Amino acid sequence: MGFFSRKDKTKKPHKEIDIQREIKKAEKDESLWIKCSSCQELLYRKEVERNKHVCPKCLYHFPINVDVRVALMFDKGSFTELYKDVEPVDFLKFKDTKPYKARLVETKETTKRSDAMMCGRAAINGLDVLAAIFDFNFMGGSLGSVVGEKITRTLEQGAKDKLPVILFCSSGGARMQEGIMSLMQMSKVSGAIYNLKSHGIPYITVLTDPTLGGVTASMGMLGDIIIAEPKAMIGFAGPRVIKETIKEELPHGFQRAEYLLEHGMIDMIVPRKELKKRLYTLLSHVT
Amino acid sequence: MRYYLDFEKKLEPLERRVNEIERFYDINDPHYSKEVHYLQKKISKVEKEIYGDLTNWQRSQLSRHLNRPHTLDYINNIFSDFIELHGDRKYKDDPAVVTGFANYEGIKVAVIGHQKGKDVREMAHRNFGMAHPDGYRKAMRIMDMADRWQKPVITFIDTPGAFPGVGAEERGQAEAIASSIYFMFSLSVPVITIVIGEGGSGGALGIGVGNRILMMENATYSVISPEGCAAILWRDGSKGPMAADALKPTSYDLLKLGVIDEIIKEPFGGAHRDWKESFQNTRAALTNNLEALMKYEPGDIKSMRYDKFRKMGIFEEKR
Ligand SMILES: [Zn+2]
Repeated sequence: MGFFSRKDKTKKPHKEIDIQREIKKAEKDESLWIKCSSCQELLYRKEVERNKHVCPKCLYHFPINVDVRVALMFDKGSFTELYKDVEPVDFLKFKDTKPYKARLVETKETTKRSDAMMCGRAAINGLDVLAAIFDFNFMGGSLGSVVGEKITRTLEQGAKDKLPVILFCSSGGARMQEGIMSLMQMSKVSGAIYNLKSHGIPYITVLTDPTLGGVTASMGMLGDIIIAEPKAMIGFAGPRVIKETIKEELPHGFQRAEYLLEHGMIDMIVPRKELKKRLYTLLSHVT
Repeated sequence: MRYYLDFEKKLEPLERRVNEIERFYDINDPHYSKEVHYLQKKISKVEKEIYGDLTNWQRSQLSRHLNRPHTLDYINNIFSDFIELHGDRKYKDDPAVVTGFANYEGIKVAVIGHQKGKDVREMAHRNFGMAHPDGYRKAMRIMDMADRWQKPVITFIDTPGAFPGVGAEERGQAEAIASSIYFMFSLSVPVITIVIGEGGSGGALGIGVGNRILMMENATYSVISPEGCAAILWRDGSKGPMAADALKPTSYDLLKLGVIDEIIKEPFGGAHRDWKESFQNTRAALTNNLEALMKYEPGDIKSMRYDKFRKMGIFEEKR
């Protein structure tokens, strides 16, 4: 592969090595190449992007950022973001290796977003919906007060406007930096889902890689209809924790979307490029 | 068997000697009564020293103390005529969750709780209080009956968390917990939740959607155990004490945050030091809250519960 031969060339001994230049080069290489977390294949990033962020070898669906999700799922220009001004607070003064406050400032800067949730009103082939989308880039899509509040408002809006709500999940679980309050978001959102369903409004969840912990064990698995993207990791406990607890090898394909479908936990697996159409057909049946 | 945590170890020889004298010698003999008197003075001095200013980490350990009363101890001591009901009618009976109906001072109630074990055999049988999906499904079965028959529900939380295993995942651990949380929002009967020991994450919340949430003074309730948090955020499981400070999982922290409604006082040093006093305090709190809730209409009970959880969360909103 060209990648390796090029690396070899930089090892020519006779020239003084410019370390800064080498670092830059390595970073550039890293951004050129991407490793599939399902089949471990090293892939050309541009090619993956062209393929709608899907591994051309095994069809694993890479996490995508919220803007790409919006562009792929909804009619052009139909998305209006809601509750943009809800911002996180470091109310526990939480500090691990870094203060939560500093982490927030940093993450806000790199992602240009206020927290790990984007909600909005949108249309799918002309059908109006409300959507809530986890942003995995923002602290692993972790569930904190802001995420919980925005989803809850979206669900309440759905009940009010009689609009179906679609939740796109990608999250490592609860946000530890918000302690017990992050756990309470699971109950808050579940209550709002109960309220929405009591109004006879459909609630659909799309589980993407990864959907874990408290997010799965509340809003994720409560979908009337649950759709997953191919090869998505979906579970309550993470595979590492399970392995350490039971001290056994995990079954092949464990906690992947295909495994959950087989065990009756989800309704269907839909590739990203067919998802909009499938959501449209589904919504036209149930609304 | 009496069990001592590391920071309690100073009490062990003193209490052992008192025990020995009481069992094998005549305490009316002035020689022994003098010794016991001396020992007891010494014990209360040591108690003040070790329990006087508990750290979050010490409280986390107390919340899991092996001699702490567990769910069945509360049920057997403050309820009467408990009839245990078994099985989820789908797969199995999960011994990590006990359910049934009982009489609470003349009020017929449903009781549900995680059950840890006292000794190695019971701990293994109860899976250390870590429920499988079947436990939450059994809990929902009992809550459903309680709702149809208009019986208040009392839940006891005491679990390190829901079990992380292959079978648990295959049978839908996430789905079971989610459904149980969801189902609790549908109940029109009063639900009182008491965190009696360890409130571990989603596994605790699965039976924790109460109209009132009470918490034993030395219980903890957290999104993750201090050890688990330390392993992830510090990449060092031994940083538990630091994580316990950061997570703020004690009853006093949770009362301040508005997550719980009331702290049930424990005897000095913890519930394990005096079960009787723990039960008395629990009974008093339970009676107050149950009487207060039973005055409301079923529809109000439901919307009050929603409103309570709707308020959870701290954030800012710029206008
Ligand atoms: Zn692949």
